[in-house]
Amino acid sequence: MKHSIQILGTGCPKCQNLTKVVKDVVAEHQIDAAVEKVEDIADIMKFNVMITPALVVDGNVVLKGRVPSKDEVLAFLR
Amino acid sequence: MFDWLEHMAQWLVYGVMGLNPEDHLAKALDFFIYDSIKILLLLFTVVFLMGVVNSYFPIDRVKNYLSRNKLYGAEYLMASLFGVVTPFCSCSSVPLFIGFVRGGIPLGVTFAFLVTSPLVNEVAIGLFVGLFGVKTTILYVFSGILLGTISGLILQKLRLEKHLTPWAKEVLDNAQRDQERFEAEKQSFKQRLPIIWQEALKILKGVLPYVIIGIAIGGLMHGYIPEGFFEKYMAKENLLAVPIATILAIPMYSNASGILPIVQVLVAKGIPLGTAIAFMMGVVGLSLPEAMLLKKVMTFKLIGIFFGVVMLCIILSGYLFNIIL
Repeated sequence: MKHSIQILGTGCPKCQNLTKVVKDVVAEHQIDAAVEKVEDIADIMKFNVMITPALVVDGNVVLKGRVPSKDEVLAFLR
Repeated sequence: MFDWLEHMAQWLVYGVMGLNPEDHLAKALDFFIYDSIKILLLLFTVVFLMGVVNSYFPIDRVKNYLSRNKLYGAEYLMASLFGVVTPFCSCSSVPLFIGFVRGGIPLGVTFAFLVTSPLVNEVAIGLFVGLFGVKTTILYVFSGILLGTISGLILQKLRLEKHLTPWAKEVLDNAQRDQERFEAEKQSFKQRLPIIWQEALKILKGVLPYVIIGIAIGGLMHGYIPEGFFEKYMAKENLLAVPIATILAIPMYSNASGILPIVQVLVAKGIPLGTAIAFMMGVVGLSLPEAMLLKKVMTFKLIGIFFGVVMLCIILSGYLFNIIL
């Protein structure tokens, strides 16, 4: 199944780190996923998060406010 | 409590490196090693403990609590207290603001949180304990909480809703108080621990260079500025000192962790503590990048009023400390 991954963040260093970790995991494990960055604050608020960065997998917010390890990201995608 | 560390620093400098204990530079190096390790240990401890508290009180739970409960005036103090245990990142200030407003939390209460959260953050507290000791730290934390509460109350009284941007107004019009109680994920402490530990390490790593450079500069200044040097210019009687210190502090936000060790030396050399605290509150609590981000939800006028009120409260507390200390 193809995953849809969204990274919510306005461009702070943490948001960029999260993007990198997610992209690395997707590439390393050849996961079929569309990775999208959501940078517009009004769009971010549609997900009801109050702390950035946040990671959304298949429409669910799975992580907020911190940068996860690669293993954690992998677990969200399995 | 840190005797062992003092011995270790001495052993390293005079034993391993074989430097002369009478030499000024060797003494400075000894002090630098001791001071840096002590401050970093305390900083890590505080950041870690705050991480534990925050793990059980995430921001969603804070918002849910403030939105769901009628607190009859105590909500300003509660918001301010929650601000202490919530780590603050200026890039989250807009989502946080909108989240609070959407939950029907009054603007003044939201401001109380927005003031205290950066002002009394885990890094500042950790550095304060290491640099100024527990007593001054408690004083700083209490005044930070009070300052957030009072600023929130004043800002609420000013009825500022009309100065929000159209987007924020729309959110305000559709605001709804939370009905259900927030249920956190059930995780054991053992499951939380590695994440908290990792986060604390990351925070420490981020501020490490600034802190070390700050301590080094402070150490150098300590040797060159004569005792009581500032008393002539910044005496308590000089009424302009506190406002000038506060205004000077605003652009220094970006490396607050490097500035605190330097301020400690300035206090040792005779700057009154109230003036120094006003300066540090300005450094830690008033950030221009945050103000720029807030313009998504606030007009420039509102940002100006917000900063003005907080600045005024900081200046007043600076005077107050200079009178009572």
